[in-house]
Amino acid sequence: MSNVPFSDPSTKRTALKGVRGLGASGTNATSDFWWQRITAIGMLLLTVPVIIIVMMLLGRNQAGAGQILGTPVIALIMLLFVVASSWHMKIGMQVVIEDYIHGEKIKLVAIIANNFFSLAVALASAYAIFKLSSGV
Amino acid sequence: MVEFALPKNSRITGGKEWPKPEGATETREFRIYRWSPDDGKNPSVDVYHVDIHDCGPMVLDGLIWIKNHIDPTLSFRRSCREGVCGSCAMNIDGQNCLACTTSMHDVAAGGAVKVNPLPHQPVVRDLVPDLTNFYAQYASIEPWLHTTTPTPQKEWKQSKEDREKLDGLYECILCACCSTSCPSYWWNPDRYLGPAALLQANRWVMDSRDEATGERLDNVEDAFRLYRCHTIMNCTKACPKGLNPAKAIANLKFKLVERQT
Repeated sequence: MSNVPFSDPSTKRTALKGVRGLGASGTNATSDFWWQRITAIGMLLLTVPVIIIVMMLLGRNQAGAGQILGTPVIALIMLLFVVASSWHMKIGMQVVIEDYIHGEKIKLVAIIANNFFSLAVALASAYAIFKLSSGV
Repeated sequence: MVEFALPKNSRITGGKEWPKPEGATETREFRIYRWSPDDGKNPSVDVYHVDIHDCGPMVLDGLIWIKNHIDPTLSFRRSCREGVCGSCAMNIDGQNCLACTTSMHDVAAGGAVKVNPLPHQPVVRDLVPDLTNFYAQYASIEPWLHTTTPTPQKEWKQSKEDREKLDGLYECILCACCSTSCPSYWWNPDRYLGPAALLQANRWVMDSRDEATGERLDNVEDAFRLYRCHTIMNCTKACPKGLNPAKAIANLKFKLVERQT
């Protein structure tokens, strides 16, 4: 019996060949990790102001909402929150996909869909804030 | 997709209850996972009764007693029987640990001692897991000193402070309790290096004599190899040597952020 450690005897590949795989993916991985933390901190700081703004908006009509969101600081807080949360959502969902979906093709499709969805949510939210704050 | 149930041929069915030892005044029940590659049957759980007055206190003592007195076909790994070699790592009463340092009187509150192989590894036979992939992952972090500077005539020197940085890392015995307790490792054992290999990667990153720190960090800077760690902390809970692989992994992430910012 051979003493070469095969990961799967049927493939005739060594276990080390499998572990090394395609090599390390590089700095993008750290970048995603880092930005997930930064967006988390950002959301932590913004959550209370956003809750206050949402409570201020409760029960108002479009004109009233436009008046509140027309204040530059409030519009900026809402925009920052939208950017931080949709970015955080995109990274987080990608991690979940990579954890649980193992078919390479379906994983690729899921990751593309996740990118489009997060971008669409971010743009739609930002557009709504711009529209309301400019009173158009 | 991730598998939420065992494959059909891995599901546990039935099992045999072996008779109680004759003349025993006090016995302890052991429920042990059995599987043989030779008979084409599904795994089962066999029930044994150990005469605790004729047997040492540890779970490993119980297993050896069963092998000597009841069923010589029961297979498991063991060597040092004192927590140094890491051979007898297994899942006892739901917790990965070393059978030789776990007292049978401390588990399952007097009920049956449930013994299974380390989770989510291919089984060779009974309690013997196939750790080929685990060892290859250890090999992939190149666990030896890398230097370019010509080797000194005597030893590579290290300050006391630098030596202390290896405490909590060098003691790892590669028993695989941590890696096989990690859900992330269960889902991606082929691409995620797992806590044991990452603790060792950190051991060499932290070694003041090693000159390949950057290359070592390059080697783990990967969405799967390192960043599948979601700080679940099962590794730290499982480690029978009281080490903290989660902290070692956090240190690797910190070093990677440090060199990028």
